Amino acid sequence: MKAPVSWLRELVSLPVTDAEMADSFTRAGLTVERVETTGPDVTGPLVIGRVLSLVEEPQKNGKTIRYCRVDVGGHNDEATDEYPASRGIVCGALNFDEGDLVVVALPGAVLPGDFAIAARKTYGHISDGMICAEDEIGLGDDHDGILVIDPTTGATPGDDALDALWSSDTVFDMEVTTDLGYCLSLRGLAREAAIAARVPFSDPYDRSMPSPTSGGYPVELESDRCTSFVALTIEGFDPDAPTPSWMSQRLLASGVRSISLPVDVTNYVMLESGQPLHAYDAAQLQGPIRVRLASAGEQLRTLDGTVRTCTADDLLITDDSGAIGLAGVMGGEDTEVTSSTTAIVLEAAHFDAASVSRTFRRHGLPSEASKRFERTVDPRVPYAAARRAAELLIAHGGGELRAEETVVGSVPERHRINLRTGLVAAILGAPIEASDTVRILEASGCQVTAMGDSLTVCAPSWRPDLHDPYDVVEEVGRKYGYDRIGLRIPVPPVGGGLTRTQRGRRAVMSAVAAAGFTEVLSLPFIAETELDKLHLTADDPRRSLVRLANPLSDTHPYLRTSLLPGLFAAVAKNTSRSLGDLALFEHGTVFHATDGGAVPHPDVTDRPSDEDLAGIEAALPAQPETLAALVCGDWVAAGWHGDAVEADWTHVVAFAETAASAVGLQLARRNTEVMPWHPGRCAELSVNGQVLGFAGELHPEVIREFGLPERTCAVEFTLGALLAAAPGGGSIRALSSFPLAKEDVALIVDEAVAAADVEAALREGAGELLEEISLFDVYRGDQVGKGKKSLAFALRFRADRTLKDAEAATARQAAVAVAADRYGAVQRA
Amino acid sequence: MSGPHDNVDPQPVAALDPEVVAGYVDAALAAVASSRTTAELKQARLEHAGDRSPLALANREIGALPPAARKEAGARTGKARGRVNQAISARATELAAQELQQALRDERVDMTLPVRLAPQGALHPITALMDDMCDVFVAMGWEVAEGPELEAEWYNFDALNVAPDHPARALQDTLWIDPPEHGKLLRTQTSPVQIRALLERDLPLYVVSPGKVFRADEYDATHLPVFHQLEGLVVDKGISMADLRGTLDHFARAMFGDVRTRMRPHHFPFTEPSAEVDLECFVCHGSSVGNPDAPCRTCRSEGWIEWGGCGIVNPRVLRACGIDAAVYSGFAFGMGVDRTVMFRNNAPDLRDFVEGDIRFSRSLLGGAR
Repeated sequence: MKAPVSWLRELVSLPVTDAEMADSFTRAGLTVERVETTGPDVTGPLVIGRVLSLVEEPQKNGKTIRYCRVDVGGHNDEATDEYPASRGIVCGALNFDEGDLVVVALPGAVLPGDFAIAARKTYGHISDGMICAEDEIGLGDDHDGILVIDPTTGATPGDDALDALWSSDTVFDMEVTTDLGYCLSLRGLAREAAIAARVPFSDPYDRSMPSPTSGGYPVELESDRCTSFVALTIEGFDPDAPTPSWMSQRLLASGVRSISLPVDVTNYVMLESGQPLHAYDAAQLQGPIRVRLASAGEQLRTLDGTVRTCTADDLLITDDSGAIGLAGVMGGEDTEVTSSTTAIVLEAAHFDAASVSRTFRRHGLPSEASKRFERTVDPRVPYAAARRAAELLIAHGGGELRAEETVVGSVPERHRINLRTGLVAAILGAPIEASDTVRILEASGCQVTAMGDSLTVCAPSWRPDLHDPYDVVEEVGRKYGYDRIGLRIPVPPVGGGLTRTQRGRRAVMSAVAAAGFTEVLSLPFIAETELDKLHLTADDPRRSLVRLANPLSDTHPYLRTSLLPGLFAAVAKNTSRSLGDLALFEHGTVFHATDGGAVPHPDVTDRPSDEDLAGIEAALPAQPETLAALVCGDWVAAGWHGDAVEADWTHVVAFAETAASAVGLQLARRNTEVMPWHPGRCAELSVNGQVLGFAGELHPEVIREFGLPERTCAVEFTLGALLAAAPGGGSIRALSSFPLAKEDVALIVDEAVAAADVEAALREGAGELLEEISLFDVYRGDQVGKGKKSLAFALRFRADRTLKDAEAATARQAAVAVAADRYGAVQRA
Repeated sequence: MSGPHDNVDPQPVAALDPEVVAGYVDAALAAVASSRTTAELKQARLEHAGDRSPLALANREIGALPPAARKEAGARTGKARGRVNQAISARATELAAQELQQALRDERVDMTLPVRLAPQGALHPITALMDDMCDVFVAMGWEVAEGPELEAEWYNFDALNVAPDHPARALQDTLWIDPPEHGKLLRTQTSPVQIRALLERDLPLYVVSPGKVFRADEYDATHLPVFHQLEGLVVDKGISMADLRGTLDHFARAMFGDVRTRMRPHHFPFTEPSAEVDLECFVCHGSSVGNPDAPCRTCRSEGWIEWGGCGIVNPRVLRACGIDAAVYSGFAFGMGVDRTVMFRNNAPDLRDFVEGDIRFSRSLLGGAR
């Protein structure tokens, strides 16, 4: 809302500076976001001049220029033998005569568009300034010729031209919250300013709606979404009457374009009163005005020339010809006032806020009117606003107001609120006396009755937002001043700190970051083609997509079921910026569609039933917390220490193991074949038999289709399940100080046998004495035969006594026996 | 008297002659002294103090001396060998020290070489800051509550007193799941978590809820359709605006040092009274206001930075959760984490937050804390 300060000051006499006024608005919740100054963007000397003489000088190029001597008062050069006191200016326009008053930009002036004026030599003269056209000084669009000033304005040479032509004003651009619809009016803002400055305010629109009467233009209300309608008729209006400049300038300062006197007056009164009005050309109306709901498909051409197709939820203004306006949103083209309109029907009506809101959103047609109706307009003001508009029209456009008026509908009863007097101080946490409360509320226009320890507050017609006791508390609070409330820190009961899951999540995130992975965030929207490029099969659970009804981009209408496409996009972003050695991870939610159906909408007047709450949970899709990582390029770049270490599958598996060990878990791994991974280089990751995800090198086809660097590796798993599986407690064994017995064993197995399985077999067979086992060599070659490999393990035994050589050897044999039995492992000679 | 018996009587032994022994010692000491390395010294030891050295060989001859002469000769060679061994040992210590010095000099490396060869990881600034923000409240005894990102309309709007026709519910503002009439959406705020906390937890309740939120918003330098919020909620007996002001002031000081907050009246459906909370500029502390010579880019010379929204929990919200508003009252507040990173750490473009350039995530490292 743009509020010209001169207008506010006209409505209320304020003993404060503009800055104080702005500050008090902001403190009252009407944040002044910008303070603007109206008027052309001109600096330096721009003055009134009188053309003393002019000499036309035809030029070789066919143009004729005029060398003028212009009297610019105090800015004149001294008189010479040749010329009286004046300045010499060359001008190319021909639409002015000797003796005319013009606007002169003198050297040093800077006109809009950073156009600096300087004295310059041209056409054989020194041109010591510029005689201006309207558009050159930003006063209007007119470039038909030089701006010649009406001598009756009293302007004299040397006067500041802006002062003479333009009343500069300060304008507050304010944020008006949706509850304060009445502050979308100058009278509402003036009232707030008066309250803040503690001066009385007299509302020029404080005028009751008269009793219903139908003497004027016939109006019928056929929908309860229109509760009142005032129609006044003006006849004998001069369609050529111009808008007075003070009015068009105020409109312009308020961000409203001047169009014609009737339209300007309705806008002016709307800005001042908050009541949107509409002016119809009475000659175009056919039969009575009826306010009714549209029938589906009914059409209307609105003022902006667009044909609107209505739904049965749109409220229309109609006459016998059909729809003539979208109620509270925009009028129709056929009945608008034109340059030949001499009889006007003024409409001031009250429409249902929600209905207007739905209609303007449905038609994408926000207007000054709909903005106000949506926030609720004072239901008592239509008549006062219509009368004020009629008076302005007649004052500036002649004609007369027909004595017969139409007033239909009614003004609703004012709302009463009962509250405990102590509630105000209790909720605001400030020592506010009952008398303060009453004083503040009365200044806001409320009628307050105190009875015992309770107050009955009757809100003014323009404050429908005052509905509940807490609304009253807020009204008192905002006027009392939030900064006068003290500071207190409430003491909670003993808290439990972060939960195990929350601590576990932080441990995982810190551990993988410390291990060299950089966290990135991406938008959670994906395209189905991305799943195709991942080569997911038709029955892959990652194809159970949740679709958005209104996606931000039609190409990405689904919620992600995998974090990998987002990581791939991050790779592209980085490689496009020559950052090719990457170790990225993302933590986030993925979404798997479930056939949940509609969500219950329990009543909000009490706690929902447990069934309803369970029903809501059941209807929501699965949203597992997921962690994914990706490596490509070099893990360690080549450098002073030696060769590069290329990023490979071990780094993404290590990522998963780092995450697991951060919460005390060890992952089990086995080879598997799952897209988008390389069929020979994909590990299934599990904990306690529960599969959490997969890690490995990506499939070359996937790498190619996503344009990823060769051999890119990735891991993705359900972090939520990992955190849930994290063990608590744990125990610490007594540390044996007896000597260690070391036994090495090399086993030949088939290529397909997993090292982890052999290790598990050895561990199982070795029994209690085994302290540690580690794989230290994998050998393939002639000595073990084709299709075979040799796995060499170091076994370390220890007990609570010194082990005899034979004991360790026996344990080793037992270990080998299990591996031999289970996997056909043969000890290498 | 009989003459000397060649086989029985001791003969004078040339090698044990004092002068000869002294000569051996001199030769040995000279060899030791001239040894320049441990290896040379080892050679000198072998030659002059070893089993086959002249002194060792001379020592063996002692038995050939007459008994009366043996003692003197033994003492002489023993002393001589002692002197030589002592010299060797001293020289050995000396050489070892020299050689250690040399070795240490030789082993010098350039200690400024880069050593973190594995990639350097980092948490995203949002994650780091969100954890820090939560910790301020956890330290006060509050708990951290979480909830789903894809939420029911009832939690996101109905229970929060957002009217059925409220424009925030429109397709222009909220990302709805298809079909919209099923009442599922991407949460537009973390407030549904507050409703869940009110329904699930016991009173009194002190929770913060951090998380991702979604709006059908532009994607440009200052808007993201997906961003992060931190909200706080207290419901207890006797809670007032003073508790809210005190809590926000404490939070601001914990995050930004010596700053104040101010509240400007505002409007939200879920709080009444409502306010926006502004943070005193932590860089200029207001000194840039009306001072064009020292502009402040953090607060754009306004002295205050819009930080978030807050207010007293609307009793309608408490009622929807089955809480008696006559007994309990509460306050709630919320702020954007992305925006906080933006003004706290001078991030120029919100798109950098979600495009994955590793330099963005690494730009704060531990410094986000």
